[in-house]
Amino acid sequence: MASLAIRIDALSKRYELGANAGMFRYPALRDVLSEGAANVLRRVREGGAASLLAPKETFWALRDVTFDVPRGQVVGIIGRNGAGKSTLLKVLSRITRPTTGGADIFGRVGSLLEVGTGFHPDLTGRENIFLNGAMLGMRRAEVQRNFDAIVDFSGVERFLDTPVKRYSSGMYVRLAFAVAAHLETEILFVDEVLAVGDAEFQRKCLDKMQNVVRDGRTIIFVSHNMAAIKSLCQRAILLDGGRVVHDGAVNDVVDHYLSTGRTNAADGIIPDSVPRTGTGEARLRRAVVSTASSASASQIFLGEPFSVEMTFEVTRPIRDAVVSVGLSSLDGVRFASIYNVDGHREPWSFGPGLHRVVADIDVVLLPRRYTIDIAIIASNGNEIDYVQQALDFTSLNVSRAGADSYRWQTVHGYVRPQSQWRQSVETIS
Amino acid sequence: MSTRTETPMVRIRPASGWNALDLASVWAYRELVYYMVWRDIKVRYKQTVLGVGWAVLQPLASMVVFTVIFGRLAQLPSDGVPYPVFTLAALAPWQLFSSGFTGASGSVTGNAGVISKVYFPRLIVPLAAVAATVVDFAISLLLLFALMIWYGVPLTATLAFLPLFAAIAMLTAFAAGLWTASLNVKYRDVRYLLPYFLQLWLFASPVVYSITLVPEKYQAIYALNPLVGVIQGFRWALFGGQSPWPLMTGSLAVALVMLLSGLYYFRRAEEQFSDFL
Repeated sequence: MASLAIRIDALSKRYELGANAGMFRYPALRDVLSEGAANVLRRVREGGAASLLAPKETFWALRDVTFDVPRGQVVGIIGRNGAGKSTLLKVLSRITRPTTGGADIFGRVGSLLEVGTGFHPDLTGRENIFLNGAMLGMRRAEVQRNFDAIVDFSGVERFLDTPVKRYSSGMYVRLAFAVAAHLETEILFVDEVLAVGDAEFQRKCLDKMQNVVRDGRTIIFVSHNMAAIKSLCQRAILLDGGRVVHDGAVNDVVDHYLSTGRTNAADGIIPDSVPRTGTGEARLRRAVVSTASSASASQIFLGEPFSVEMTFEVTRPIRDAVVSVGLSSLDGVRFASIYNVDGHREPWSFGPGLHRVVADIDVVLLPRRYTIDIAIIASNGNEIDYVQQALDFTSLNVSRAGADSYRWQTVHGYVRPQSQWRQSVETIS
Repeated sequence: MSTRTETPMVRIRPASGWNALDLASVWAYRELVYYMVWRDIKVRYKQTVLGVGWAVLQPLASMVVFTVIFGRLAQLPSDGVPYPVFTLAALAPWQLFSSGFTGASGSVTGNAGVISKVYFPRLIVPLAAVAATVVDFAISLLLLFALMIWYGVPLTATLAFLPLFAAIAMLTAFAAGLWTASLNVKYRDVRYLLPYFLQLWLFASPVVYSITLVPEKYQAIYALNPLVGVIQGFRWALFGGQSPWPLMTGSLAVALVMLLSGLYYFRRAEEQFSDFL
């Protein structure tokens, strides 16, 4: 097995949820209500101090992940948000430890979980190239050797001696990616870093990645961009709920993934087990797409107005709630976000209890499958509850009355803006 | 490109609770230590009007306050040395220690973004934070020498010992910082407790007063504060007087115990850093 680059053996990772995770924990009133006082008391009595110390809510981000990667192979890891892709890369990058199982890596490892790690806003572009390079594990000599190439790739040579806080966000990510792209390790872990910059720069990044692939290096690549996965990888692994559910040739796995989107619960209930982030003063409990004819729709007609109906459970008063609905395509492109505060409207004030929120949406979505992300945030931007891909639905290629249809074989883009067309004969004066 | 012959192998295993110190990997990442120190120094006085003047002003201000209150009003004895020089000779190593300790305490949480995205030996973080304090210390030493010349206090050959005592001050800052940096990840209370703790430690060290005020029979216990050995070492190297060496055994022993236990605790706690940050 001399040609093996990575061996992953029964890798599992458990996270403890909640603010008190891992610390001394008293039985909360909530436990008593949900389990009955007698049960809680019994647990305390039987388990002694251990049951008080034991964190209750745990979440397995990875379960029993096992696979090998031969030297020189490029593997794409795909799956929905929360499937464990990023956790897998974090474990392999030695940022966090597995709970059980292990992995062996044969060769020098570089990982790019983020572009611009360690960039300091007050330092110049030149200084940050060296600092960031060192953070990524590059030797000074290695950075120096590649310095011109890095600067050239980033296209910011005129601003090399300007602090990066004066950079536009585009310049910033270009410089950051340029450093990362010149990491010369035999094994590379890459997490979604291609999703930065404008279209032209993304193409440049993809070209660079193609070169890296041709160098014969071993790469594990996480992305929601199925096109990038297909063009870069030979093999793909589909994760779901922290497990490997599919492992094989890239086209098979990607097609399988795209064809088995998530199905909504009929009643729209969002269970606690759904991966979510945020401080938790409010929780999304239910979400459905509704139309004039259906209270819970999984399909809408072309151009049919629809509503996203949400129910939030608020546990602590929120004075400045901003609710947001994001529309994404199945391959992970967020193409629209709407907020209840759009157009300078005031945030809402929520007292404890259940709150129903409805967003009526009028947009012509091209025929595709879409997912909806739902967030409630404070007006300063702090996440309170954020559920990605809370829902999905399909837009059909005909309108309800059949008067309108999408007539092309391939679907280009996501939305159809309203447009008026005119034509006349041009006369040369 | 690294060659196949030196191919290192990374083993990823669950947290075991006990980790070897692995100084070899810290050494392998020495360039990162250098860059982090350099970043901290470079950024420290950015966007301040006084800039590096703060490195002069901080010890100077403390010196003036202490001189007025403890030298003039309280009339504390100062071993026959002008009180401003007497207290500045202690403030220089004290601030070397306290800024290193404070810096190390906040270093892990302050570098949370990096720690949750990139692997490198975590020990580098508090190490760099402590190392970054030397520049300020060098400036305060220059201030001290200037003041000694101004007051006509002679500079003697025992000055050669200053680097040794300064090293012990930094070692103590690093050792204590290992504890607080790890604790701070889980319990952010540390950040609020630290100023009070440091204030207490300041008065438990001979900064404003002379060590001769401490009765002979308590000096052995007193010396268990590593800063006692360090500060008396500074005064002795600069002005002569009571020898620091008898105190040094206790001070060094405590500093080493703090260091070893701190290293052990930090290496244990670091496995969970990224899960708590």
